[in-house]
Amino acid sequence: MPLSLLFYFAALIAVGSAILVVLNRNAVYSAIFLVLCFFSLAMIYLLLEAYFLAVLEIFIYAGAIMVLFLFVVMLLNLGREKALPHFMKFQRALSLMLVILFFFGVSLIMVVGSGELHQPTIKFSSGSVYALGEALFTKFLLPFEVASLLLLVALIGTVYLAKRKI
Amino acid sequence: MAIITKSYEPTFWDKLYFPALFKGLMVTLRYFFKRKVTIQYPEEKYIPPDGYRGLHRLNKYSDGRIRCVACEMCSAACPVDCIHIIPGPSPWDEGKERYPVRFDIDLLRCIFCGFCEMACPEEAIELTEIYDFSDLTRENLLIDRDGLLEVYELTKNKNYYSQTKKSEKSET
Amino acid sequence: MDLLGFIIILVKVLVVFAATMLTVLVMIYLERRVSAFMQGRLGPNRVGPQGLLQPIADGIKFMMKEDIVPAGADKPIFILAPAILLIPALMTFAVIPFGSDITLFGRQIPLQVADVNVGILYVLALTSIGVYGIVLAGWSSNSKYSLLGGLRSSAQLISYELAMGLAVVSIILLSGSLKLNDIVADQQGYLFSWNVFKQPLAFIIFLVAVYAETNRLPFDLSEAEQELVGGYHTEYSSIKFAMFFMAEYANMITAAALTVTLFFGGWDFPLVDESSLGILGTVLSVCSFILKMGFFLFLFIWVRWTFPRFRYDQLMKLGWKVMLPLALFNIFITAGYLTVRALV
Repeated sequence: MPLSLLFYFAALIAVGSAILVVLNRNAVYSAIFLVLCFFSLAMIYLLLEAYFLAVLEIFIYAGAIMVLFLFVVMLLNLGREKALPHFMKFQRALSLMLVILFFFGVSLIMVVGSGELHQPTIKFSSGSVYALGEALFTKFLLPFEVASLLLLVALIGTVYLAKRKI
Repeated sequence: MAIITKSYEPTFWDKLYFPALFKGLMVTLRYFFKRKVTIQYPEEKYIPPDGYRGLHRLNKYSDGRIRCVACEMCSAACPVDCIHIIPGPSPWDEGKERYPVRFDIDLLRCIFCGFCEMACPEEAIELTEIYDFSDLTRENLLIDRDGLLEVYELTKNKNYYSQTKKSEKSET
Repeated sequence: MDLLGFIIILVKVLVVFAATMLTVLVMIYLERRVSAFMQGRLGPNRVGPQGLLQPIADGIKFMMKEDIVPAGADKPIFILAPAILLIPALMTFAVIPFGSDITLFGRQIPLQVADVNVGILYVLALTSIGVYGIVLAGWSSNSKYSLLGGLRSSAQLISYELAMGLAVVSIILLSGSLKLNDIVADQQGYLFSWNVFKQPLAFIIFLVAVYAETNRLPFDLSEAEQELVGGYHTEYSSIKFAMFFMAEYANMITAAALTVTLFFGGWDFPLVDESSLGILGTVLSVCSFILKMGFFLFLFIWVRWTFPRFRYDQLMKLGWKVMLPLALFNIFITAGYLTVRALV
């Protein structure tokens, strides 16, 4: 029971900080709340006994990517964002509808469904790194390589954009 | 345009940098074990060399008479006018000689230039090696004739800071 | 979990925390004394015997000082930043094994707070969190020097994290585990089974990267006092400033402990089988660990007073053009060696 309490705690922080990311008018605060969101996600991973994923979540998302985001936000020095009352009316309505649809779907599953979700077939717990590595290099080799190719293309693109003369 | 001339071409060994880094570390390590130069001031005192210009004194003859004849050469030479002398007839030799009734030095004004001892025809005023005479009040830093004579007694035949160690400094 | 197990863990947490804080104090003292010695001075020797109480005097002084939050600073983040830096720095030591197993109350107790099976990644993740403290401190101070210091430091940390991580990967390849316990166990036995002899290149890369990660000279560009006053902590005073310093020293301690664990056999004392000696073996192993760690802590100070600071472009060049390719090359060689060994 204490573990599931911990889950609700982490989930509450995750949702709360995610909402604050969107609502905050100061971009730096948004970035900080996003980091907090990553932390609570990592906590949920820990509760799922996926230590490797939890650490990677912090290491890569919070530790590397968000630092760069924060870097950019700080350099741009955006300050407080102006409220735009009569703008993107259509998008607002659409997003509201999507949110309602999502919550409706989730509650439908919780009420109508058996109440129990599928148990994971592979447990990434004790030998998590081995299991993950094996899955990456056998079953999911193609997606893995495609992703790496995508990153390479992005890298080359960055170099192309950054250099004035090649 | 600056021309860069290379005195030598770095070898592969030099380009690794590690030998040089290691050499540097050894230098600092050597200093780590070397004798320290710190003087632990209040317990251990810096002994100034001869000719140091510190606190003044008024010299006496061996029979106890004050050398000073109150000629006021020193107070004339003083660039900051910190020496004030009131002359009068001396108590010895039936008052034939001049003698300072008052001899005040304002140590706060004094810049310790040593012009007074150069100007003195009688070698009466001298600067000693005493450097730590700070005080809490301005009044205490006005030294009078008797104070100057006391300084002479203190520094008469030995360095003030090496009461036990050094005594080779002889007084005239 | 039973009560005894809980108490044991609690005791371990407290001991490790206290030991880290104590080492921080010792480091503050040693930093000043060793610095002085290397410059031919004596350093602080008045407070207590040989000046040993100097760090406590420093601490009291810091607490007594006025706590200033500059006008225009972002107050919540300004207050939070030192804590963000300090907490991960103190948390990192949890996964480092500092001695061989000890048998007390009829149960085997590993001398390690938490045996996380992704131990080394945990350390790397937490060090990458520490960057936030520096960046946010720099930004929230509303001062150009602080901002420049924070930006420099974050760029530096990200750059050297790569080289450090890749150097660690070659060690992971050798021992085949992310657990620090396994890495230590892998280096047991005679002296040349230590990883420093198997992976000298990785050791050098790791050591250099560690100096950059802890913002120590010759890579302390984020607080280069000649250019940036004090870098990211320019505007800080009182206990918050002290927290930055504590974090720096805690990071150094963890870095030294990690270097020992990864490359110098952890608590291993060469040629001795600690587990067969009982309590004596444990004491020996802890002493050996502390001794090795002490050497690397001394090296931090030693290096500080030997090498001048890098220029920023040189720092980046070294990180990206030298350290990273070398680390990749090292991984390539190690992986090739392991493949050939597996085939033969």
